[in-house]
Amino acid sequence: MALLVALGVALVAAAIVAAAVGQLPIAPSEVLGSVLHRVGGWVGLDIGSVPSHPRGEAALWNVRSPRVLLAALVGAALGGAGAVLQAVFGNPLAEPSVIGVSGGAAVGACSVIVFGWSFLGSYTVPAIAFATALGTTLVIYAMARHGGRTEVVTLVLMGIAVNAVTAAVIAYLVFLGDSQAREQIVFWQLGSFNGSRWEAVRVVAPVVAVGLAGVMAITRQLDLLALGERSARHLGVNVERLRLTSIVIVSLLVASGVAFVGIIAFIGLIVPHLVRMVVGPSHRTLVPASVLGGALLVVIADVVARTAVDYADLPIGMLTALVGGPFFFWMLHRTRTAAGGWG
Amino acid sequence: MSVATTLRGLRRDVRRPDRSATPGPAIRARGIGVVLDGASVLYDVDVDVDTGHLLALVGPNGAGKSTLLSVLAGDRQPERGAVELDGLPVGSWSAVEMAMRRAVLLQQVTMSFPFTVRQMVEMGRAPWAGQPEEADDERRVVESMAATDVSHLAERTVPSLSGGERARAALARVLAQDTGILLLDEPTAALDVRHQEQVLALAADAAAAGRAVVVVMHDLGLAAAHADRVVVLAGGSVAADGAPADVLTAPLLSEVYEHPIDVLRHPQDGRLLIVPGHDRPSATIRHT
Repeated sequence: MALLVALGVALVAAAIVAAAVGQLPIAPSEVLGSVLHRVGGWVGLDIGSVPSHPRGEAALWNVRSPRVLLAALVGAALGGAGAVLQAVFGNPLAEPSVIGVSGGAAVGACSVIVFGWSFLGSYTVPAIAFATALGTTLVIYAMARHGGRTEVVTLVLMGIAVNAVTAAVIAYLVFLGDSQAREQIVFWQLGSFNGSRWEAVRVVAPVVAVGLAGVMAITRQLDLLALGERSARHLGVNVERLRLTSIVIVSLLVASGVAFVGIIAFIGLIVPHLVRMVVGPSHRTLVPASVLGGALLVVIADVVARTAVDYADLPIGMLTALVGGPFFFWMLHRTRTAAGGWG
Repeated sequence: MSVATTLRGLRRDVRRPDRSATPGPAIRARGIGVVLDGASVLYDVDVDVDTGHLLALVGPNGAGKSTLLSVLAGDRQPERGAVELDGLPVGSWSAVEMAMRRAVLLQQVTMSFPFTVRQMVEMGRAPWAGQPEEADDERRVVESMAATDVSHLAERTVPSLSGGERARAALARVLAQDTGILLLDEPTAALDVRHQEQVLALAADAAAAGRAVVVVMHDLGLAAAHADRVVVLAGGSVAADGAPADVLTAPLLSEVYEHPIDVLRHPQDGRLLIVPGHDRPSATIRHT
């Protein structure tokens, strides 16, 4: 509980700082004042104040706020999705980008870019990404598990195979697309919150909210899966239904993130692992803490991405992979040492 | 909160087990036949699991003991025959309703994440979530850990335990489930002598208290000492079924195990002692 409060406070603080820093600096106190002013305005109270810089208010509300909120939402989705995926596979190394769920979602999103589909308005990209992510996850799940668990080797090899196929499909889409679509795909694949709009926040927020509410309803059952599938069933878990629910939720969370900001890897690996080290594996705390921790990490990573180099917006996907890759290797090494092999 | 309330609402329709003694066996299996990869593993097996009895399931490797246990537990749908639990076909109960009636200890105790022993034992209470029995959770968990001698391990993580400690912790989880039927697959395999005796005494007590207990075991001496009834499986069918003294005889066991076995009486208290003989005594004991 203390961890949840600490993460929540840290997330709010990080969000305020993230909204404050940038090419047009706004003091954190002014950010807070402006938020109060807006919220007060909705309920008819005259509190807070607008930033002193003439373009401060516009920069804060048109550019930074949607970006920070989208970063928090996507981070929350990826953290939660990682925790659920690990429970379902019975393996702490399962992660959306490692095993190929993110790649599956990317295939859908790239198809929308190349073929210019727009039949569902601003929901087109997330909807198609969800469909391809779901299909990919079901395939991975059907092929990677044995006796209710997935061995490390199987999982990693499976990820290589799935990522190879999705990369091939995306390469073909790049080949098909015109030069504008190509450029869009290349930058989108790197992962970035550059150009986040309120429209994206409005699409992603309800999807993530529904997904996370769904996860919270199944946390106790996810705990029981750690005993293996048969024992979980002996304790009254409808394993088939739980699996399917989990897979749909993971696909929903990953697709909503990937659809607007591209592939941001390893968040779902790092965050649940660190949380488990602090509060243990019980999903009733692991899931909400991973959600908050994922949001916190992505908000911070995005600040680094847009401030590390002056006048440049680095791809956040590149940054998380730079940190996450070695982290993944370290976890693999630990697993190998603990298990005395790759089992 | 509304999701939790909805789930609880669904739980109301659960058919709760009737704790007052019901007539007839807790599990009745008739004409069970199981085919695995084209080979018959069980062939026309009849078993009644009665309340108040400890039933030992013995037999050589590959006789079908674990398969029969998984059929009795409702895990495996047999190709032939029928299994009734509490008077109704196993297929007609939901997963939760089954979990309120029978608990199962598997041979392999797995734990994917570093849950503590206490957390694992608490998992045994899952079927009773939202039921009046939920009030007993704490007491059942503490009692089960004490009974299996794992209280001192409560805060240790399961993957860090030795094989024997893990087996006892898993048994505590099964006891915490507090069901009328206990199905235990080799609960004593990884245990030292003291804990073997302790665990079987526990199983016998549970039977004496009115539960139906099935224990798959290899140690025939333990079976003779603790079981009320012994079923000997051989080659996928029942070779004998009855009281230990009637079933565990030298001719039958020697034939089933394809190895000479002597059955003696303890000189002081008359307990059955079951001792493997030697094929070639002259080769193994050589006097010079």
